[in-house]
Amino acid sequence: MAEISLPPPSSLGRNPVLRALRSVLLLRESWVGLVGVLIVLFWIAVAILAPVLAPFPPNQNLLPFKPPGTAAPTGGVFWLGTDQLGRDILSRVIWGARRVLIYAPLATACAYVLGITMGLLAGYKRGLWDDVLSRVGDIILSFPILVLYVVIITTFGPSGINIVLAVTCASAPGIMRIVRGLTLDLRNRDYVAAAQTRGESSLYIMFVEILPNARGPLIVDACLRLGYTIITIGVLGFLGLGLPPPDPDWGGMVNETRAMAAFAPWMTVFPCIAISSLVLGLNLLADGLREISLKD
Amino acid sequence: MLIFLAKRAFFMVLTMLAVSLLVFLLLEVNGSAVAVKVLGPYSSEEQRRLWLEAHGYFAPWYERYFAWLGRMASGEFGDSLRFKTPVATVLWPRLENTAILAAFVFLIMVPVSVVLGVLAGMREGSATDRSISILSIVTTSIPEFASATFLSFLFVLVLKWLPGTSGMNQGFDVLQLVMPVAVLVLYDFGYVTRMMRASMAEVMQSPYIRTAVLKGIPYRRVILRHALRNALIAPFTVIVLQINWLLSGVIVVEAFFGYKGFGALLLEASLNQDIYLIQACAMVSVFVAVATQTIADVGYTYLNPRIRFT
Repeated sequence: MAEISLPPPSSLGRNPVLRALRSVLLLRESWVGLVGVLIVLFWIAVAILAPVLAPFPPNQNLLPFKPPGTAAPTGGVFWLGTDQLGRDILSRVIWGARRVLIYAPLATACAYVLGITMGLLAGYKRGLWDDVLSRVGDIILSFPILVLYVVIITTFGPSGINIVLAVTCASAPGIMRIVRGLTLDLRNRDYVAAAQTRGESSLYIMFVEILPNARGPLIVDACLRLGYTIITIGVLGFLGLGLPPPDPDWGGMVNETRAMAAFAPWMTVFPCIAISSLVLGLNLLADGLREISLKD
Repeated sequence: MLIFLAKRAFFMVLTMLAVSLLVFLLLEVNGSAVAVKVLGPYSSEEQRRLWLEAHGYFAPWYERYFAWLGRMASGEFGDSLRFKTPVATVLWPRLENTAILAAFVFLIMVPVSVVLGVLAGMREGSATDRSISILSIVTTSIPEFASATFLSFLFVLVLKWLPGTSGMNQGFDVLQLVMPVAVLVLYDFGYVTRMMRASMAEVMQSPYIRTAVLKGIPYRRVILRHALRNALIAPFTVIVLQINWLLSGVIVVEAFFGYKGFGALLLEASLNQDIYLIQACAMVSVFVAVATQTIADVGYTYLNPRIRFT
């Protein structure tokens, strides 16, 4: 019997790297998105190159309370000044970027894995799955979010893992709602019916047929949510419930130094600029992506 | 209508019950941990055992849950470990202070975001629209503690116009409220503005607005009389739900400015493991949150003539 040869799928359409590149190029059309990408890439570069860029070790005590631009005794300059323990603020901001860019994406990714699974189950299986999962989500979402974080983290203690877990539990229901809504729409499409007729398992249909087609709104949401997670980690640090010291954490830096901000304001202002600019970058990127997806 | 209200009330009670169970599991179910918090880490095994027995902690957990639930519902929150007084005497004045703060925030935020949202949504894609949307992205990107830092730096340290704390130690002072209110408005108005804009833009595309414009009614009148009334329906829910958000927002702002409100109390209670105070704060905030959600739902149904009561 003659084999039916199919043409190879177009390489540009299939290769994930090329496709990612192409969508980045699309951002040219939105200068807002472009600015966002540049800010985010800047901070990613800073986080990766932290050991090279930081002029001093982030936890080394040198000279306390030096204003920005003071010369260091060992050579070099404290470009952003030093804090109450004499640690170089520029180095701490740089290393803080690495820490926040490890924990925030990790927490967001965990929330997405849980939220997507819940949303697909609720939207595709319907019935009891939907009822139970939606109701659990409603209950968690009815909690004022920061109250939930404060209660969870003071009960189990502030640590990286607990923060990731708290963010996962608190964000997953929101993601579930979005995925569920998209799934309810997509499950009636012809390609899902085709897969069902082929006898594919529901797991395959949910993750291979439905999920990839729901990616557009999810990518925009992920950018916004990542920004929001960065704010959350910052706020927890500010409240003294964040990632444990002494390693630098932007919110924690503000918390440790704000009592002395009246005469040494540079200690609090620079970490605040860092966190605000990173979140701004992500939000601008999300706005640009949304604008582009509306044009299509 | 009555059936609809009963349904909403039922869901409200159900959510409250589920959340109370969650709070109980988090904080109360492990009796010996409670004993350590109440008696302190240096209490002896014997003391803890006696305390647990005296307070009925050896009963099965579901019995304890219902007893606890009864106390919560009747407002018997127990004694605060830190303030050494009944929780209620600490809690209510703090809630009052936060209500004052929230009232000012709403008084300023709602008009500002409605006006900006209408201006942006009136002509979608115009220069005004783009600038307002970028402004709202920028302000919502700055966490409250960061904007509090920036505003304090500018208005307290450099210009010396405003006091940097809001402790109200010499009695109530409106000037001390300016900074906390400004920070909360700044962080929150962008979101409400976006919702208002989206709703306005949608209304502007509807046929009856086109009819009104083509009839030759002055543009101003079209916006104020025809568009605005319908465009306000959807954001109503969002605005009411900001009360829920404010419960989170006040924690940071009150901690930053030393304002003696509910948020600062919750944080203080949590940091000091003041278990009965935490429980009371958590339950109160959930009650406020669920109640506002119910009000938002009922109000939306009432305002929107397209929804029938079912």
